[in-house]
Amino acid sequence: MSFDEARLAVAARTLGEPILALEGVSLAFGGVKALSDVSFDVREHEIRAIIGPNGAGKSSLLNVINGVYRPHAGRITFRGETHHHMEPRRAAERGIARTFQSLALFKGMSVLENILAGRNLLMKSSLFLQALRVGPALAEEIAHRQRVEEIIDFLEIQHVRKTPVGRLPYGLQKRVDLGRALAAEPRVLLLDEPMAGMNVEEKQDMSRFILDVNDEFGTTIVLIEHDMGVVMDLSDRVVVLDYGRKIADGTPDEVRASQAVIDAYLGVKH
Amino acid sequence: MATRRGVLTGAFFALLALAAVAPMLTGVAKFPQWLEIVLGGLMSGVLYSLVALGLVLIFKASGVFNFAQGAMVLFAALCLVRLMERMPFVVALALVLAIMVALAWLVERLVLRPLVNQEGIVLFMATLGVAYFLDGFGQLAMGSDVYTLDVGMPKEPKILFESTFEGGILVSTEDVIAALIAAVLVAALAFFFQKTATGRALRAVADDHQAAQSIGIPLNRIWVIVWSVAGLVALVAGVVWGSKLGVQFSLQQVALKALPVVILGGFTSIPGAIVGGLIIGLGEKLSEVYVGPFFGGGIENWFAYVLALVFLLFRPEGLFGERHIDRV
Repeated sequence: MSFDEARLAVAARTLGEPILALEGVSLAFGGVKALSDVSFDVREHEIRAIIGPNGAGKSSLLNVINGVYRPHAGRITFRGETHHHMEPRRAAERGIARTFQSLALFKGMSVLENILAGRNLLMKSSLFLQALRVGPALAEEIAHRQRVEEIIDFLEIQHVRKTPVGRLPYGLQKRVDLGRALAAEPRVLLLDEPMAGMNVEEKQDMSRFILDVNDEFGTTIVLIEHDMGVVMDLSDRVVVLDYGRKIADGTPDEVRASQAVIDAYLGVKH
Repeated sequence: MATRRGVLTGAFFALLALAAVAPMLTGVAKFPQWLEIVLGGLMSGVLYSLVALGLVLIFKASGVFNFAQGAMVLFAALCLVRLMERMPFVVALALVLAIMVALAWLVERLVLRPLVNQEGIVLFMATLGVAYFLDGFGQLAMGSDVYTLDVGMPKEPKILFESTFEGGILVSTEDVIAALIAAVLVAALAFFFQKTATGRALRAVADDHQAAQSIGIPLNRIWVIVWSVAGLVALVAGVVWGSKLGVQFSLQQVALKALPVVILGGFTSIPGAIVGGLIIGLGEKLSEVYVGPFFGGGIENWFAYVLALVFLLFRPEGLFGERHIDRV
């Protein structure tokens, strides 16, 4: 599927009910307010972008959703359950996976092992059986390996599957990061600047993978991105943050036309 | 530069090999005598490796330098020796293993968890506290006498190759068994780390805490597992050392030798801990016998620390450690 065809496919797809909702979320580090009263929802199967200038609180928001940060106020509803904050483990168990802005791969491991590690929660056999590699543990390991190979094929990284990730070029490391998140078979995928530092060609590849994931597996995607062109092409709806506040929320066209957004990005005379 | 680094490492090993065979080449030593010393050195090196292994395991998984590893060796040996007065060896061994797991759990609960996300030096100080606690508590509960630990290892040395060399080579059976035990332990650990999903999770935590959390690996449980494994390693070291030297407070001083071992091998490398231990064991025995007379002897006590000092100056990451390059 070409890039443009994929875009049309996204446009034609229908969105589901809200799967994730944040209400009045506030977060502060000491005296610095990272997020103030932020509310928005994410509907099933949609690609939802979070944009904003540097320091607007985008990564903090992602960390609140996956439970790394505990907000001081507000509520998070995910798949019908409402909590004051998430826990990383619970978030992972309930189907939230994520990638990282600065690469956070397991550097000592091969591509295959990194992605296999992403299936951590799906592995059920006991430590004892694993060690002996017998019966159900062996069958399970084979099944997991099969799924991982599918992901490797999908991301077109077959040629480096046994390479330690530390030795891969940056663009491929970003793909492995995505692969590890996909391996968990998540309902919601959080992508923290998946295209940061990439050249045009790498960005196109990554855009294609994101669209394919969304299209083929129906995975809901929340993404932070700096490249405006990419954001406007990929996303169904966009949240705009500035100094920890939500200043706009809507389709790419609506957001682009918003005066508050233009001011935030271009600066405004006071 | 990677290539220059490789050349340096190669040069180091070549120099080491040359220094090791030098006494032979210059005719100072006879082959059988030299071989005896080499074997003896490698055997005591295996013992250093056992303690160093515990240090590396914890450092890799949590970035904590565990000063208490030596105290854990002594504590495990003390528990074992006192329990063996009341029950058979195997039961006592199992019980001590359970005690070490409980200790790991307590350390995680009471020390590591409240200090999560603190600086490395804070955690290091905390393990210093654990070390003193184990010392004091161990001696309070189990006495501070010197105990003999008899686990039924054959003590008599054997003479090998009597027909090949005049007088043959004297080998301590106990040391050979100790080396075999260490080899089995290392192989089992390597298998556990490389081939099981739990081992994968441990390596994942070692590489990146946050990413490990994001795929649902619970850090707390991993820390308990790592400290338990370090406790197991301490127990094995305690059994081997205790039966060789007797269970006493000075065991802890010998365990301090593991520090130069990890500086030599690299804090993050399991093969480094093993090779480093062997080099130091070998080096101190050879230098004691062949260089010692020039200094009036006693080299064995400081050789390891001087070697570590040289490494800190020229190769702070050790032979196999990761070089740390920060982006500015």
